Amino acid sequence: MTTITVNGKAVTVTATPDTPVLWVLRDELGMTGTKFGCGMALCGACTVHLNGEPVRSCSLPVSAAAGHKITTIEAMSVTPVGSAVQASWLALDVPQCGYCQSGQIMSASALLAKNRTPSDGDIDQAMAGNICRCGTYNQIRAAIKDAAASMSGRG
Amino acid sequence: MARHGIGQPLRRVEDARFLTGQGRYVADIDLPGQAHAVVVYSPYPHALIRSIDCAAARAAPGVLCVLTGADALAAGLGGMPPLFMPHGPAGPHGYRTLRPILVADRVRCIGDRVALVVARTLDEARDAAERVAVDYEPLPAIVDLEASVAPQAEPIWPECPGNVAFELRHGDPAATAAAFAGAAHVVRLRLRNNRLTAAPIEPRAALARHDASSDQYTLYCTSQNPHGVRTMMCDSVFHMAQSSLRVIAPDVGGGFGLKSNPHPEDALVLWAARVCGCPVKWVGTRSEAFAADNHARDQVVWGELALAEDGRILALRADALGSVGAYVFSAVVAPIEFSIGLIPGFYQVGTVDLRTRAVFTHSSTLSSYRGAGRPEANYLMERLLDQAAHEMGIDRVQLRLRNAIPVGALPYRTATGMVYDSGDFAGIIKACLSAADWDGFSEREQASRSRGYLRGRAVAGYIEQGGRFNERMELRFDPSGGLVIVSGTHSHGQGHATTYAQMVGDWLGIAPERIGFIQGDTDQVAFGRGTFAARSSLLAGNALRMAADAIIERARPLAARLLETATADLEFVDGAFVVAGTDRAMALTEVARAFYRPLGLPAEFGIGLEAQGNWSADPPNYPNGCHVCEVEIDPATGAVRIDRYTVVDDVGTVINPLICAGQVHGGLGQGLGQALLEDIVHDPESGQLLSGSFADYAMPRADDLSSFDVRFLGTPCHTNPLGIKGVGEAGAVASPPALINAIIDALRGQGVDHIDMPASAARVWRALQNAAAEHIGAGSHT
Ligand code: FES
Ligand code: FES
Repeated sequence: MTTITVNGKAVTVTATPDTPVLWVLRDELGMTGTKFGCGMALCGACTVHLNGEPVRSCSLPVSAAAGHKITTIEAMSVTPVGSAVQASWLALDVPQCGYCQSGQIMSASALLAKNRTPSDGDIDQAMAGNICRCGTYNQIRAAIKDAAASMSGRG
Repeated sequence: MARHGIGQPLRRVEDARFLTGQGRYVADIDLPGQAHAVVVYSPYPHALIRSIDCAAARAAPGVLCVLTGADALAAGLGGMPPLFMPHGPAGPHGYRTLRPILVADRVRCIGDRVALVVARTLDEARDAAERVAVDYEPLPAIVDLEASVAPQAEPIWPECPGNVAFELRHGDPAATAAAFAGAAHVVRLRLRNNRLTAAPIEPRAALARHDASSDQYTLYCTSQNPHGVRTMMCDSVFHMAQSSLRVIAPDVGGGFGLKSNPHPEDALVLWAARVCGCPVKWVGTRSEAFAADNHARDQVVWGELALAEDGRILALRADALGSVGAYVFSAVVAPIEFSIGLIPGFYQVGTVDLRTRAVFTHSSTLSSYRGAGRPEANYLMERLLDQAAHEMGIDRVQLRLRNAIPVGALPYRTATGMVYDSGDFAGIIKACLSAADWDGFSEREQASRSRGYLRGRAVAGYIEQGGRFNERMELRFDPSGGLVIVSGTHSHGQGHATTYAQMVGDWLGIAPERIGFIQGDTDQVAFGRGTFAARSSLLAGNALRMAADAIIERARPLAARLLETATADLEFVDGAFVVAGTDRAMALTEVARAFYRPLGLPAEFGIGLEAQGNWSADPPNYPNGCHVCEVEIDPATGAVRIDRYTVVDDVGTVINPLICAGQVHGGLGQGLGQALLEDIVHDPESGQLLSGSFADYAMPRADDLSSFDVRFLGTPCHTNPLGIKGVGEAGAVASPPALINAIIDALRGQGVDHIDMPASAARVWRALQNAAAEHIGAGSHT
């Protein structure tokens, strides 16, 4: 039994301590917004926030998440950064197949939470761990800038 | 309506669910009581199976069943034939294989399916799969194309000595030989098209249910073409009526051609669901995907171009080896055919002599992947042109402009039998050069040089064939007057729910956001062929146009009756029937509702308002365009940075510029990935797969791809009423030669005039070192 905090709620899960958080979310908690792409921290599809930092949930044992705050894509629309990112994603038509986009949004919102004026270099660095086979990088970069602008516009 | 109509950048209606984690992909679906399947794959590229001992696996905790190839034979299950073979004058030719769903006797590639284990939980299934004891006798493997066709090579299939599954030819060898004999200049290249894998971020998955009381099956699978899966399963594997299987392809996380094919796992879960009496789910891992998914490209080609003194192309010769892997599987004939049929591109080529041989090797099967043969063809022609320009001292741009098919020569029949209907090839080259600021290069080059970098540029034209087969679309009004598009194609990133609604909304005067969309379910969609080969905009678009016209014509008599006027007096304007010259009108949606009245309608109106439209890709269309690439190379490391990338595409009528640009970005990512990063590599001795994960197979990432400048300059296609040309493959076709030629351009000054794909930093650095060593060597002899 491990107690973790997911999207603000404490939950006790029965998965063995070495079970990656990805599978706890998907299989035990039925939260399928976080995706599997490689299981080896190489694609970013499974990105969630751990205390606000982007982490690959496929390679994070649930024991290591005990006592920390996990945030997933399912909760992003209620955070100011998350909703700004989602709005820009929508405005710039970012997704294609959609599969990688949970992870992209988690990485992008973690970047913008810390850096409201990211340069191309900052964006590339923050996003290089998230593969998009549909090739939406061009639009992701534009949407991150758009979200940054919209947030600074709001003050 | 115009604000939503054709040509407008309407935002995608499907996006909201993808931004909130609400997409529903196969792995996200669970059925009550489901068990989990694990496939045992061959770890050898070639081996005899002496025996399979399943006793320990069967006895393992939670195990429901263990199935092998012998069980499949005993159950009377069939294998998977290729979707089609090439047709010669005497019927289909070539050596046709039947891929078993589980191999019983001899494995011929890593990833051949050998057994299936089903257990209550995934962990139990994994543990049990490790206890399946397969006694293999490893045998020598051939993974190299040239080794496979060498005279002494062992046949991979005993009935197919020489290892050539089929051979395709185009042209006139005698006329071509004569043209070569009289040419002022001949250039020759031997090129390799590296082996790739589609690697959609969603791995393949399948979930099946069997209802014993009705003997009905349901399969959820990651497919671009659910009806195609149904056909293969029912006709070839299970020998049952297609109405006994419902195939559902929900949200699909990228296909790129890989998922246009049925796969053995689709059959395995269906079979296991019947055997176990419960739903069975299989989700592939990434390493299984690398090993067992179809691969793509993998071609060696020897090409020669004969030119006149002034640079006119006189003749073209090419001889290629294209890999099919261990079986002739799915639609592999298509890329092999396109890989030679499109070599002439949009240039006037007097005569050709082209041959390709489809070669077996002990490796994963090959099939269509974004571009499917078109990138191979274009790569050869554009590399030959740059080489010719260099050797003959002719400007690269002038050489292309001089040979481009002039507008006045359209329609133009190529020496390979394709008929280009429309385009302005010289015009699009010029447009792209100006968009790319081609003339401003020297300043940028100097700036690079002052920082110690090498800079190069290239221009590449392309033409490709869009659309395949025919397609069927339905428009259906429900009793409340709501309109639904029932689609035979399958969107998994292409935004069909948006673009189709945009078109239909325009024609029927209904706001696109009020139009429903159904796809990907063989019980809801009567028939369809799915989405691949840049076919959907052409086929579904024109089929929808037919359906929309039919809806208006069917509704008109009832509208006339309800408005108490003659049909001839009715005009259809902005979604309503209007009595000409009056203000009396009735909305189409209202007429649609009237079609469901229980009383008062004469029988001839039937019940309900719906219509079907269809369109065929005969003739197909020819998207074309031009790419300009500029790279900067660090000579100290060999690292290549794409600094500027410009595309001008002629995709005919643009339905939605945002979605079209997205399709081009995706194609560019995959084409540039091929040229710069991606490579499926086997050990030549053992045949083992060396690139089996994202750590060894380099995928294009955010920091590899610059911002692209993508523009559209369409000349409407003449062979379909909407003027549409395909867009899905375009980006992947011209980007490999554009990038490689730009790299060679940057390196020519250092004595490098050839580089193979992928142009990794290590490979570029080595080419620079070798050239420098040769230079020193040559110097010491003088
Ligand atoms: S699934 Fe975690 S990084 Fe790929
Ligand atoms: S949108 Fe398809 S993988 Fe990124």
